[in-house]
Amino acid sequence: MGRTLAEKVWDAHVVRRGDDGEPDLLYIDLHLLHEVTSPQAFEGLRVAGRRVRRTDLTIATEDHNVPTVDIDQPIADPVSRLQVETLRRNCEEFGVRLHRLGDIDQGIVHVVGPQLGLTQPGLTVVCGDSHTSTHGAFGALAFGIGTSEVEHVLATQTLPLKPFKTMAITVNGALPEGTTAKDVILAVIARIGTGGGQGYVLEYRGEAIRALSMEARMTICNMSIEAGARAGMIAPDETTFAYLAGRPHAPSGKDWDAAVASWSRLAGDPEAVFDTEVVLDGSELEPFVTWGTNPGQGLPLSGKVPSPEDFTDPSEKISAQRALEYMDLVPGTPLRRIAVDTVFIGSCTNGRIEDLRAAADVLRGRTKAEGIRVLVVPGSAKVRRQAEEEGLDQVFTRFGAEWRQAGCSMCLGMNPDQLSAGERSASTSNRNFEGRQGPGGRTHLVSPLVAAATAVRGTLSSPADLAAVPAGR
Amino acid sequence: MEKFIAHTGVGVPLRRSNVDTDQIIPAVYLKRVTRTGFEDGLFAAWRNQPDFVLNADAYRSGSVLVAGPDFGTGSSREHAVWALKDYGFRVVLSSRFADIFRGNSGKQGLLTGVVDQADVERLWKVLEDAPGTSVTVDLRERTVTGGGLSVPFEVDDYTRWRLLEGLDDIGLTLQHVDAIAQFEQQRPGWLPTTLPVP
Ligand code: SF4
Repeated sequence: MGRTLAEKVWDAHVVRRGDDGEPDLLYIDLHLLHEVTSPQAFEGLRVAGRRVRRTDLTIATEDHNVPTVDIDQPIADPVSRLQVETLRRNCEEFGVRLHRLGDIDQGIVHVVGPQLGLTQPGLTVVCGDSHTSTHGAFGALAFGIGTSEVEHVLATQTLPLKPFKTMAITVNGALPEGTTAKDVILAVIARIGTGGGQGYVLEYRGEAIRALSMEARMTICNMSIEAGARAGMIAPDETTFAYLAGRPHAPSGKDWDAAVASWSRLAGDPEAVFDTEVVLDGSELEPFVTWGTNPGQGLPLSGKVPSPEDFTDPSEKISAQRALEYMDLVPGTPLRRIAVDTVFIGSCTNGRIEDLRAAADVLRGRTKAEGIRVLVVPGSAKVRRQAEEEGLDQVFTRFGAEWRQAGCSMCLGMNPDQLSAGERSASTSNRNFEGRQGPGGRTHLVSPLVAAATAVRGTLSSPADLAAVPAGR
Repeated sequence: MEKFIAHTGVGVPLRRSNVDTDQIIPAVYLKRVTRTGFEDGLFAAWRNQPDFVLNADAYRSGSVLVAGPDFGTGSSREHAVWALKDYGFRVVLSSRFADIFRGNSGKQGLLTGVVDQADVERLWKVLEDAPGTSVTVDLRERTVTGGGLSVPFEVDDYTRWRLLEGLDDIGLTLQHVDAIAQFEQQRPGWLPTTLPVP
């Protein structure tokens, strides 16, 4: 019987088949750590007198708590500082490679792994962070785990797991100009719902997906978790191989040939059967934004704020009502009329170099809407350096945006970059939950293009809404 | 891990669906490096509202949470489970749970039972009509009883066995350490390692 991509990767990692309803024991090729979900795992190891089984398959970076300005100063918040210092102490004690604040390979864990070439097709990748699904863009089986699982992987380099169900998401056609990977995934989540992917690995395929760059594919896989899925995957192809070639941890020489041969066998068999299939026409998509407080509450930018009455499902109706109250939105308002206070460009969803380039292309030669705060936060120190080499930082600062150091920043209310109560943002991050960007903050999830156009007009907008830049500017 | 066979305690009706882990414990509480003391973060935003269910005296000592569908969605933070446990909850019942949350719960000895939404509604009614009602959650029988009701819940056999035996994961896996070593022997040499490259 044919197997899907996810099933092939799974089968290649079974250390021991579970019998009788028992989970399989799966080998883990790459374990990523950060300061928030690891302290208790190391504490557990210490208490039990255990060591890290494979320090050579483990790597750590500091991201969630780190400030994005004045990074040479001690972290002001004592609790954040304690978490970061605890990670440093644990990595030293257990012999784990760590990229600290200030280091060129520091950054958001899901930006750093691919950038180093550590994320490769066919691997199993885990991290104590739900957006580990990002790495599935390479054809890796990558998923978030909880802290006790982090401890389990540290101690054994394996995880007991039950096979996931498989769902194919086929996006046919070519995306229209101005419609990006972010819009595709927001549309997918709006279609299948925040619970629609539960128990599944989503495999994205079809013409629109094949045409995407690696970074765009990462944006899609990143947000699979927002549909409730365990992981998202895309079969590796020439785009994947070209991205990996020459990266620090990618194989080289004879090893490269062996690796490519192996990676090329990963694509799902044509006769493989998925548990569920969803098909979208990519050519009909347009920029997508969220109006509510979960990532499934989104609509095309040309739409209007819905009314709770538009929903037939009673729990969706209640959820919409609550969301509208929290978001302080009136049903029927065109989404394009919603004015924001802050624009955030960054996160593991959209904090890579292509995202910054896309935003800079919109902002170049234009002026910031009055009273708007714009934060541009690269996903890693390397992305920051590259952006500066390309002069993007100049575009951002000339526009009036704040050009920050790498980290999770305003993606979550955990470091100093936060919304204040009632403040409204257009954000390229992945979660619009109540208070996610700071207590009382209101979040609209958008693509980098929409974020940039919104920074120009002050209301949710796409680049198509902008007047042409006068010649010579 | 403590064995879970049956538990009796006050049932708390939480009439909300899609309770994500940011609501269960907001990010600001995740900064600790210990494994205990997370009870103050539980539903922190809601507990500031006087009419929130846990602020009523009758429910304050609750240990069986009865929630709407899609409980525990969002971030994989295990702190959500610790917060519920540290507060005193031993059981959460809902018609649907997020997978990661459910997995995390089973490992920490917090029982997540799947109950039909119709039964959730009946439980809510009983618990609201008589605040402070105790219910008994019997893992052997897979039933919730109390206030004149008795409804079944689902939990998969493996998680149930682990909870009944109070078994810890790592210990279980290390019984197969030879198989792990054998697997490592046959991994291709070109697979990446995190050792610094020159
Ligand atoms: S950028 Fe946001 S979603 Fe990504 S790892 Fe950081 S906090 Fe999590």
